[in-house]
Amino acid sequence: MRPYANDTREREMKRPRYRWMALFAALLLVVAACGDGDDTGSDDTSSDDTTSGDDTFRIAIVAPSASNDLAFTQSIVDAVDVIADEMGNVDVQITDGTFVVEDAAAAIRGYAEDGVDLVIAHGSQYGGSLEEIAPDFPDTVFAWGTAADTFGLSNVFSYEAASDEGGYVMGVMAAALSESGIIGVVGPIEVGDAKLYVDGFHVGALAEDSAATVNINYTGSFSDVALASEAAQSHLAAGADVLTGTAQMVVGAVGVADENGLLWFGTQANQTSLAPDIVVASQVYHWEVVLRDIIAKIEDGVLGGEIYEINLANDGLVIEFNDGFTLPADVRAKADAAIAGIESGSISTGS
Amino acid sequence: MSDIFTRTVIIAMVASGVRLAVPLLIASLGEMYGQRSGVLNLGVDGIMLLGAFSGYYAVLQSGTVWYGLFVGTIVGLLLGIASAVIAVTLKAEQGISGIGVYLFGLGMSDLLFQKLVGTPVPITSFPKVAIPLLSDVPLLGGMLFRHSLVVYLAFAAVPLSMFVLNRTTFGLNIRAVGQNPESADSLGVSVTRVRYATVIIGGTLAGTAGAALAIDLGIFQQNLTNAAGFIAIALVYFGAWRPLGVMAGALLYGFVNAVVLQLKTLGIIPLSWSDIAAMAPAVVTILALVVVAQRFQPPAALTKPFSRGT
Repeated sequence: MRPYANDTREREMKRPRYRWMALFAALLLVVAACGDGDDTGSDDTSSDDTTSGDDTFRIAIVAPSASNDLAFTQSIVDAVDVIADEMGNVDVQITDGTFVVEDAAAAIRGYAEDGVDLVIAHGSQYGGSLEEIAPDFPDTVFAWGTAADTFGLSNVFSYEAASDEGGYVMGVMAAALSESGIIGVVGPIEVGDAKLYVDGFHVGALAEDSAATVNINYTGSFSDVALASEAAQSHLAAGADVLTGTAQMVVGAVGVADENGLLWFGTQANQTSLAPDIVVASQVYHWEVVLRDIIAKIEDGVLGGEIYEINLANDGLVIEFNDGFTLPADVRAKADAAIAGIESGSISTGS
Repeated sequence: MSDIFTRTVIIAMVASGVRLAVPLLIASLGEMYGQRSGVLNLGVDGIMLLGAFSGYYAVLQSGTVWYGLFVGTIVGLLLGIASAVIAVTLKAEQGISGIGVYLFGLGMSDLLFQKLVGTPVPITSFPKVAIPLLSDVPLLGGMLFRHSLVVYLAFAAVPLSMFVLNRTTFGLNIRAVGQNPESADSLGVSVTRVRYATVIIGGTLAGTAGAALAIDLGIFQQNLTNAAGFIAIALVYFGAWRPLGVMAGALLYGFVNAVVLQLKTLGIIPLSWSDIAAMAPAVVTILALVVVAQRFQPPAALTKPFSRGT
C-alpha cells in the first residue's frame, strides 16, 4: 500500500523526439528563443524535478494528439488530473502528439525503464507495440485503450468506451432538433470508439425519426482539420442542419457549423468552448472511473489482466449539456429517457 | 442521381475543391521558384506550420485577419532566409536540411501553441468577397467568385509567376542558375543571390500558405497542415516546374478530395470504401506524376550546391 498523503503532484510534459530536434534546430538557426524547458521535458525522469520520493505514485500518459485537443487525448489527461487531485503525491508525465507509433513505442518503453508505476498507452494503434514491450517489464503496470484485449498478459489492463451509448442519446436529440430531417456525421476512420459513436448516433437518430437521413462521412484521417471542415461543408450542401463528429480533427467541422448556424453534438470532451452558441451537448469521457479501479487493483497486487469499459451506467460517460443553449424541454426529456433506457437495458444501441 | 447532384451540391463541391487547392497552390508556387533555381526545400511543411501558428496567434490577439496573414508571411520570410543560409551559404545537403526545417516548424509551432494558447480557441475567418457581376453568373458564380480575397490573390499569383519566370531578367537568371549555374556564373549572374531570392520567396509563400490555411479554418491545432507542405513539393514535380502545371496539380488534388468527400456524404461511396476512397487524391496525383515525369526533366542543377570553380 502506498501512502498518498500530501498533494505534491508534479507534472512534466514530455514531448516526442521531434520537439527536441526542434529546439536543437532553433539554437542552430537562431530564429527563436522560447520556452523554459518545462514543456519540452526531459527524458531523465529520475531527475529531482520528477521524483518526489518513494511514496510518489508515478503515472505516465502516451497519447496521439495534443493534451488539450478537446477530444480523445484531453479525455485521458483530464481523468489523470482528477485522479492526481484525489490521491495527492502523484507524479504525472505526458508524452502527447505521438501520432507516429514508433515514437509512442519509444516513450512507452522509456517510461517503463524509468520505473513509472502506471504507463497509459492511450491509443488503440499502440497495441502492437505494447504487446512487445509489456513482457519485458513484468513489474510495470500498463493500461491500454481503447481496446478490449490484454494480450493474455498479467501486467496489462485495457479499457474502452461504450461511446455508442452517448452516441445514441445524441442521435435522439439531433433527430428531434433537425428541421430538415438531414443530419451530418464527420468521422475519422471507421474504427474503435469513433465507429461505436457514429453507429450509436445513427441508431439513435433513426429511433427518434425513422424518416431521418443520416449522412456519414469518414474522412480517412484523425488529424486533417481542413478535410473535416470540407466534409462539414459537404453535409451543409446536402441539406444537413445538425452535425456531429468525433476525433480531434472535428474542430474544423465545428467552425463550419458555427459559421452557418448548424447545431453541433460533441463527444470525447466537452466542446462547448469551440462554439458556445451551437453546441447542444457533449458526451464526455471520464476515464477516472477506470483508473480508480486499476490503481486499487495495483494496491491489491493485481497488475493487469482485466478489461474495463466506461458507460452511462457507471458514470464513465456523461452527457454534458451546454447551459448556454436553450434546449426544448421535450427534447431534454427524450434525452433523459434515452439515458435511463440505456442504463436499464431497455434500449439497445445496436452494438 | 439528378436529385442527389443538386445545383447546391455541385456548386459546393467545386467551391470546396478550390478552397482545398489554395494553400497547396500558394506553397507550391513558392517552392517552384526555389526548385527552378536548383534548390529543393523539403522544409515547406514546417514553414507552413509556423506561418499557420503565427498567423493564427496574431489574429487571436488582434482580431484582424489581414494582420494575421501579414505576420504569417513575415515568419515565412524569416524561415526562408534561414533556409537559404543553410542550403546556399552553408551548402548543406538539401534533403536533410529541409527535413530539419520541417521538424523545427512541426515542433516549434506546437510548443508555441501549447505555451501561448493551450486549448484551441476559434478565431475570425477571412470574409467572403463576391466579385461584382461574375458572382451572379449561374453555377460558375457560386463555384469560383464567392471566395475570400486570399483565393483570388492565390490564383492571380499564377500569371504573375509566369510573367516573372518567362518575361523578366530575374526569371531568366532563375532558369539559368537552375539549369547550369556554372554558365550563369561565368556570364556574371550571382548564383548565390538568385538562389537566396528564390528560397526566400518560397519561404515567404509557405508562411503565407500556412497562415491562410489557419485563418480560413478559424482554428489552429497541432500539425494543422497534415503534411500539405510535402504535397506542395510533389505538386511542383507534377506541374513540371511551371506555374500553370502547379495550378493544375493543386486544383486536381483539391477537386478529387472534394468530389470524394461529397460522394461519401451522399452515400454514393459506401462506408466500407471510405478508407480506400480517401487515398484517391494521392493515387491520382502519383499517377499523374508518373506521366509528367516521363515528359519533363527537372532543372539540371536541382539539389546541387554551387561552388565557383568546382
